[in-house]
Amino acid sequence: MAERVVENLNQALHALLADDPALTVLGEDLVDPYGGAFKVTRGLSARWPDRVLSTPLSEGGIVGVAGGLALAGQSAIVEIMFSDFVALAFDQILNFASKSTAMYGRRVPMRLVVRCPSGGNRGYGPTHSQSPLKHFVGIPGLSLHEVSPFHDNRAVLAGMLATGRPGLLFEDKVLYTSRMYADGVVDELFRYDLIGPDGDVARVRVDEEEQADCVLVVPGGLAARAVAVARELLLRDDIVCQVLVPSRLWPLDTDTLLPPIARAGRVVVAEESTAGGTWGAELAQVVHRRLWGALRAPVRLVHSADSVIPTAAHLERTVLVQDTDIRQAVKEVVSGD
Amino acid sequence: MTATRTEAPTIAPTRLADADLDLLLLIRHFELALLDMFGRGELHGTTHTCLGQEYVPVALRPLLTDDDFVFSNHRGHGHYLARFADPHGLLAEVMGREGAVCQGVGGSQHILRDRYLSTGVQGESVPVAAGVALHLKRTEPGRLALVYLGDGTWGEGAVYEALNMAALWGLPLLLVVENNGIAQSTPTVAQLAGSIGGRARAFGVDHLRVTSTDTEVVRAALTPVLRRVRERSTPYVVELLTHRVGPHSKGDDSRRPEEIAHARAHDWYARYAQAYPEQFGVHDERQRAYVAQVVADVAGRPASRWAEADRG
Ligand SMILES: Cc1ncc(C[n+]2csc(CCOP(=O)(O)OP(=O)(O)O)c2C)c(N)n1
Ligand SMILES: [Mg+2]
Repeated sequence: MAERVVENLNQALHALLADDPALTVLGEDLVDPYGGAFKVTRGLSARWPDRVLSTPLSEGGIVGVAGGLALAGQSAIVEIMFSDFVALAFDQILNFASKSTAMYGRRVPMRLVVRCPSGGNRGYGPTHSQSPLKHFVGIPGLSLHEVSPFHDNRAVLAGMLATGRPGLLFEDKVLYTSRMYADGVVDELFRYDLIGPDGDVARVRVDEEEQADCVLVVPGGLAARAVAVARELLLRDDIVCQVLVPSRLWPLDTDTLLPPIARAGRVVVAEESTAGGTWGAELAQVVHRRLWGALRAPVRLVHSADSVIPTAAHLERTVLVQDTDIRQAVKEVVSGD
Repeated sequence: MTATRTEAPTIAPTRLADADLDLLLLIRHFELALLDMFGRGELHGTTHTCLGQEYVPVALRPLLTDDDFVFSNHRGHGHYLARFADPHGLLAEVMGREGAVCQGVGGSQHILRDRYLSTGVQGESVPVAAGVALHLKRTEPGRLALVYLGDGTWGEGAVYEALNMAALWGLPLLLVVENNGIAQSTPTVAQLAGSIGGRARAFGVDHLRVTSTDTEVVRAALTPVLRRVRERSTPYVVELLTHRVGPHSKGDDSRRPEEIAHARAHDWYARYAQAYPEQFGVHDERQRAYVAQVVADVAGRPASRWAEADRG
């Protein structure tokens, strides 16, 4: 059986520290035996005590220190314990790390990744369950990625560092304990491949099936949920749905995303962030502008409600995007014409 | 214990080497030229001059090597000129002309050259400098990261997060506080509770307060501090009581006339002129003429260009 996502991330960090003596990993409570709030950094500090640092509770300061290491030509990976707290590092991300790549009139490589465990469904409540990616969309010089069960994190992290642009890696917390997909196989019905110049977009589709009724685009955190929806749509509603999961969410890889959307003519973009100023809205406006003639229905967005995220499970469900919301959206888009 | 700040110092300034005096005067005339150009509407945007504070980077200049990192702030022209003696590149940057250090993208407040960097967000560069100091400690022991910051910047949390890490991790981080008694329009007494020394001590970080505006006296006071930061790999806060002779930026000086007079009374420029009229006269004229020539040269240049490949 394939490894769990948390193991994949952990192995990725082990490999990167081994490959790159200039890399430092820092964040709160990272060192062993604790190994990070979600155990992603387990075992790292035992092997590299000088390059894996537990820090004070100082998100802005830590990202600043990482920015300093990057400025000095080093690489740095920061773990923010809960992505909600990346708000405290907003200045360092917006005004220092991303700006420094260009504001001095020349390219300054900043090899810096900020890892952000995100998302709800774990009952952590309003300030520990958000998906704050949308607040970072459109910052020049900043890349946004999300962990998915299709993308090997060693390649993702190494690729992010190699660009010389600072990046945020969102990690939906529900993924940690789920399994990676491997060898192009999702289940007995669906297969996947990695498309685009860097293999950045995972494409999940019914075996041998070329024509889809609808394309469902989701960040990695929703990948398994989107696949479950696609499966149900196929078996219960006879709707063929292709799922696209980009690893890099910003800047948008439109060259890779648009052709399959154009072929299907229908697209649903689902994400867990709350309503307003979403990543999906950005994708939608590009699809509308570039594919207007090819679309059979307007782009449909699915996201969580415009609400704080409650703690109690029965209340949390009323706010966070549910599989049934995604399924309903696809059905409406497909039956709409 | 607070030093008296109501009267001009009575002791005559130390006679300076010509090179130090030239650098002080280069910075002075550079800043005056900027204000002049702003006044005539020849400059775009904003700028913050260091009039009255020129001696701080000049005092530090021989104590630093090219391998040390310097982090400057919004009031950074003196810091830059003391490091690079490059008024052409800096003025071109401010004016957006060919030869600008950062192609005119950064402007007065955002400059990166070798191991010198400035940013326009107060306090932000202190944690960054701590990261650089961490790197220096590991791979280039004996080198340090210096951050210039104002008294008002001690309101920013980033300063304390960085100071905490620097103390915990033994980082060669030197904070040089130019305490000019004011932040934009707000007096220090209205925005800083306790004291900078007390705040440094709370982190177990050494603090030295220097009241003199005499380049040589300041340099002598700072020499052992930099040695200690290098040898012990430890943070240090030096606080220089200084005087902002000019406005915060261009014409925005809301201080009472007697407050401005107080700052002027402490200005090293007039005091030095009086103490050493002959030396001063020659060098002052020389730097004034040099800066006028720099202005004419740079103003005649074509606009700077920002190539696509340099856009990040
Ligand atoms: C984070 C931030 N807040 C506000 C400002 C606007 N600002 C620029 S300089 C300044 C005053 C700084 O005072 P101080 O640190 O004492 O330095 P001084 O100007 O006296 O040299 C302010 C409020 C800023 N640049 N950055
Ligand atoms: Mg001040």
